[in-house]
Amino acid sequence: MSTSSVSKGCFVFKPSAKKKKKTTLTLEDHFMRGCEDAENSEIRFRLCHDLWDKIKTDTEALQDELNRNILDSLLDFTRKCSSTRRHSDWASQMRASEIPTAALVLGVNVPDHDMTFQSLSDLLQQSVTPHVASVQAKECGALKHLMKRVLERLMDTVVDDEEEEEAEQTRAQLNTSVHCSLSTLCAWYNTNTKKSDTGTPGKKRSSAVRDDPLQPPVVIIFKDLEAFNPKVLQDFILICSRYIERLPLMFIFGIATSPSTIQHMLPHSVTSLLCIELFQSLSCTQHLATVIDKLILAPQFPFKLNGKVLQVLISIFLYHDFSVRNFIKGIQLALLEHFHSQPLSVLCCKKKAALLNVMQLGHQDLERVRQLQSFKRYAEKQEAQEQVHLLTDDPHLKEVCQKLIKDLRKYHKNYYPTLRCLHTLTSSLPRYPLGKQIRELHLICLEKNIWENEDYQSAMKLLKMLAKDQLIALLQRCEETLQSVKSKKMKSARVQLGDTLARFKQLDTGAAESPPSVEDSITSPVKNLQKKTDLFQLQKTLLEMNESRRSKKLSPFEVLRNEALQFIDGLVKSHLSPPESQTLNEVCYYTSSATVRRHLNATPRTSIQAALNSPIYYLQNERLKTEDGVISNAAPDICIVYKLHLECGRLINLYDWLEAYATVVSAAEGNEPDSDDFGKVDDVKHARFIRAVSELEFLGFIKSTKQKTDHVARLSWGGC
Amino acid sequence: MSALLHHPGYEEERLRRLSEQLPCRELQAGMLLSLMGQPHQYSYPSVFIYGHRSSGKSHVMQVLLKELELPHATVSCVECVSVALLFEQVLLSFFGGDAASLLPRSPSLSDFVRVYRQQCSQSPAKQTRYIVMEKAELLRDADANLLPALLRLQELVEDNVTVILLTEIVWDRFRPNTGCFEPLLLHFPDYSKGELQQILSRDKHPSYSAEFYSSYINILLGVFYSVCRDLRELRHLAALNFSKFCEPLAEGKVKETDTHKLWRNMEPHLKKAMQTVYLREVSSLQWEQMQQMEEKENGAMRGLSAHTHVELPYYSKFLLIAAYLASYNPARTDKRFFLKHHGKIKKTNFLKKNEKTSNHLLGPKPFPLDRLLAIFYSVVDSRVAPTASIFSQISSLVTLQLLTKVSHDDQLDSPKYKCAVSMDFIRAISRTVNFEIVNYLYDFL
Repeated sequence: MSTSSVSKGCFVFKPSAKKKKKTTLTLEDHFMRGCEDAENSEIRFRLCHDLWDKIKTDTEALQDELNRNILDSLLDFTRKCSSTRRHSDWASQMRASEIPTAALVLGVNVPDHDMTFQSLSDLLQQSVTPHVASVQAKECGALKHLMKRVLERLMDTVVDDEEEEEAEQTRAQLNTSVHCSLSTLCAWYNTNTKKSDTGTPGKKRSSAVRDDPLQPPVVIIFKDLEAFNPKVLQDFILICSRYIERLPLMFIFGIATSPSTIQHMLPHSVTSLLCIELFQSLSCTQHLATVIDKLILAPQFPFKLNGKVLQVLISIFLYHDFSVRNFIKGIQLALLEHFHSQPLSVLCCKKKAALLNVMQLGHQDLERVRQLQSFKRYAEKQEAQEQVHLLTDDPHLKEVCQKLIKDLRKYHKNYYPTLRCLHTLTSSLPRYPLGKQIRELHLICLEKNIWENEDYQSAMKLLKMLAKDQLIALLQRCEETLQSVKSKKMKSARVQLGDTLARFKQLDTGAAESPPSVEDSITSPVKNLQKKTDLFQLQKTLLEMNESRRSKKLSPFEVLRNEALQFIDGLVKSHLSPPESQTLNEVCYYTSSATVRRHLNATPRTSIQAALNSPIYYLQNERLKTEDGVISNAAPDICIVYKLHLECGRLINLYDWLEAYATVVSAAEGNEPDSDDFGKVDDVKHARFIRAVSELEFLGFIKSTKQKTDHVARLSWGGC
Repeated sequence: MSALLHHPGYEEERLRRLSEQLPCRELQAGMLLSLMGQPHQYSYPSVFIYGHRSSGKSHVMQVLLKELELPHATVSCVECVSVALLFEQVLLSFFGGDAASLLPRSPSLSDFVRVYRQQCSQSPAKQTRYIVMEKAELLRDADANLLPALLRLQELVEDNVTVILLTEIVWDRFRPNTGCFEPLLLHFPDYSKGELQQILSRDKHPSYSAEFYSSYINILLGVFYSVCRDLRELRHLAALNFSKFCEPLAEGKVKETDTHKLWRNMEPHLKKAMQTVYLREVSSLQWEQMQQMEEKENGAMRGLSAHTHVELPYYSKFLLIAAYLASYNPARTDKRFFLKHHGKIKKTNFLKKNEKTSNHLLGPKPFPLDRLLAIFYSVVDSRVAPTASIFSQISSLVTLQLLTKVSHDDQLDSPKYKCAVSMDFIRAISRTVNFEIVNYLYDFL
């Protein structure tokens, strides 16, 4: 078995699907087991499932959309290549001996590539050629293997479309023929194309080959060019070029780093056999931005992440892997965890369903609502009478909950458009005080009140310095973003913004008349300056100038600009408050960033040390309970040995260690401290000790050293 | 011209066609013909033909054997992963598929000889049979007995067979220690400028006159001959730039005969193309697009080699930086760079003799994993937990060929790596994370 992971280590292989069928547990059962509050877990499971399905289909559609450009151009390329082969114009004749090659630069996020290649080969098979084989480096260690894989895949893919009998035949042939060489492939290709030439009717392929009935190209996709053994690749290309006249071959190289790897891997004698064309895919950060835009910053998804969780997911993306697929997996994990651990997540769904679910809440659930931090805050603000009602009257609470759910939805409906507006305004400011990307702004808003943020204030100051045309352009873009929003408040905001814009435009027409007076006031002190003055006077005049400028009457444009910005500021203050301030936000927001981090960004060393330090967490045995710093003598040998080694210096004397170990273990056996046998090393203890030490060595805490006999060196220092 | 190719035993007509297809190689072809003798005559057991790439070795052999319809088997040694493939192909082309299937699984040389003799006794050779081995230098890596046996195959199988080896290296590099039968050596010299001109002019564009194309080739050779004499590369360049050459013609500005004007128009483009000779960076289509782009923006050339920018995750960048530092700094200097109170160490006292040469001239040195991580943790500005993803990033850097693993794959205990990126690359990377790498490099102290 093989893995798609690049890291070295042990991998767990789940039993194959056949075995799985035997077990009766379904996904749902798994979900319900250990689930908080089993009552409504079914509903929650269904909600979670539906939501995930929607996220999945959405992201897949998004991915297709994003890849469309590059896939289309690749398809065009293959089509063009196969058609120029038939044309006999001069240019294509000149390069008839070269193998057309597409160098597809995909970025370093290797886990995401699989999907791209899958859709690429699907598209190719649908519209250009049935002969597509994709190979990965790890299955092609030697030329022989590469050749074999290519032949297998090419012949099999087509065979699937033919009748069964033939399939058997070809397979048998492949097995009996001692060697896979390209000449076999050539022969196979010729018979195959001839067959389709004479026109066996009613085949699935009839539509596929329509493009080029004579010679559909044979496309070989190298998924990860960098990982290939250069020698293997060179030889393969050399061989292929010998057959290019008989076999219309085409390569697609998947490149993770930069196109210059081709030159690093292949010498000139080989690259000169290729006719390379470059295709660059969208960068993964852009991809992430669109995913966030569609998934996170969308009011229609009831499930939300709070600032910390989002921060964890984004930082895993930016710091560790650049993989959008992993990011979506992270969202999936948060989604599952949320519905699994939060009983009130039944309310995290579409408006109608949520209102319905409120009515279905049992007493226990309502008690949970009362326990919510945000609800407590809300209740405290109410009058005494109302407070009592809320705490005792269940039907009343249900009604209030409905209202609160509606409020929460309204909040979201206003939040995102306002966020986008603010982003349009601030994303082009110098030095990006509120971040370049909308996700950064979103994170700030999730944390706390944005208007208390220093960066926000400096951004506002910068906005006040904008020139007229810039400001108008920005405001116009704001208006456009508000255009599609349906909420009432946003509509009125848009109208107001439109008004302001209109007034800006009016200014233009009336502007020509007034300005000169302002200039006068500035120029006069400047004139004064030109006279001979001493330092004191200079300072004075400068101060005066400053005063006069400050108190100077604002031009109509400035007045209007301040007005507009105040309006934006008002919008921000009323709609961009952090979700924590909203009542019942716990229903929609997943907050446990620690869980997500623990699951997605595992720290193996920390957990090993934790296990050795306090085995009770893993073994669940009451006898192991100890106070801090004390070695429980009932702990497993390796824990005792580990604890003892913590007390040693850089070099550990094995004999001393053994003695200490024997003492601890003797105590565990219940020997009297005074008896002769106490702390004596017998063979069993000796063997157990040796085993524990070698386990510790295997875990990398100690290593043997030649500096001193009978000593080992300690390798780790300090706590974790 | 065809005077050289007179030879008894072959039809005049064929020889004439031959010499037409083999421009500038009449001498060699004639030599070969006289070596081969008449079809029924025994020929020399083995011929060794060498010469630089694209000097027409394969072409001459191919045309000779095809045109004269001699029985032959052409085998590329690259393709023959195992000797079995080689034997099979030879038998297949001489005696048909039945003979090839007589070979046992993983046949030895004697199996081959046995089957060959058996077949040969059934259908004895009326004409000399030829085995052409392309890229024969790979035979040196095959079994030790293969090359000597092939050289005297005629004796072994007692048949009229000649083995022809084609290669780019000289015979001295082939000769086994134990000695062997010496083949006849035949050298194919490089084409001269005039010959190149003659050959390149042959593939003229159908819609232009031969003189026009030939004048184009003349200009092309004038520019490129000093840097590139490879026929294949020149042909590629010719195809690439021809449309540009024709442009003024199509616009009607210049007449076909006005070579001087055409030359003036063409020269700057060829100069630009000079920068990318041998790189094969782009296909013709993209070349043209780039030319148009340039006319608009007057930007710099951007071929494959210009796309060196690689986006990496934040910690991967630091891992790469740490790897670079570990590769190019002596381990003893780590204290100086990464300890807070290192004290002043003067470079001169500090140096060992062999370290006086620049580490950058010597290339990257291997370093163990723990040194990489130690440097990484002190270089990265925030505190990083040693998570699994940090370790997997090291492995992905290896697959991306930015690091190379020096120790064996099986060695789990303290693996060793080398950094495989250039100075420019790492400087670009460290600039994106605001890390002044030059301050941490021993060579630039």
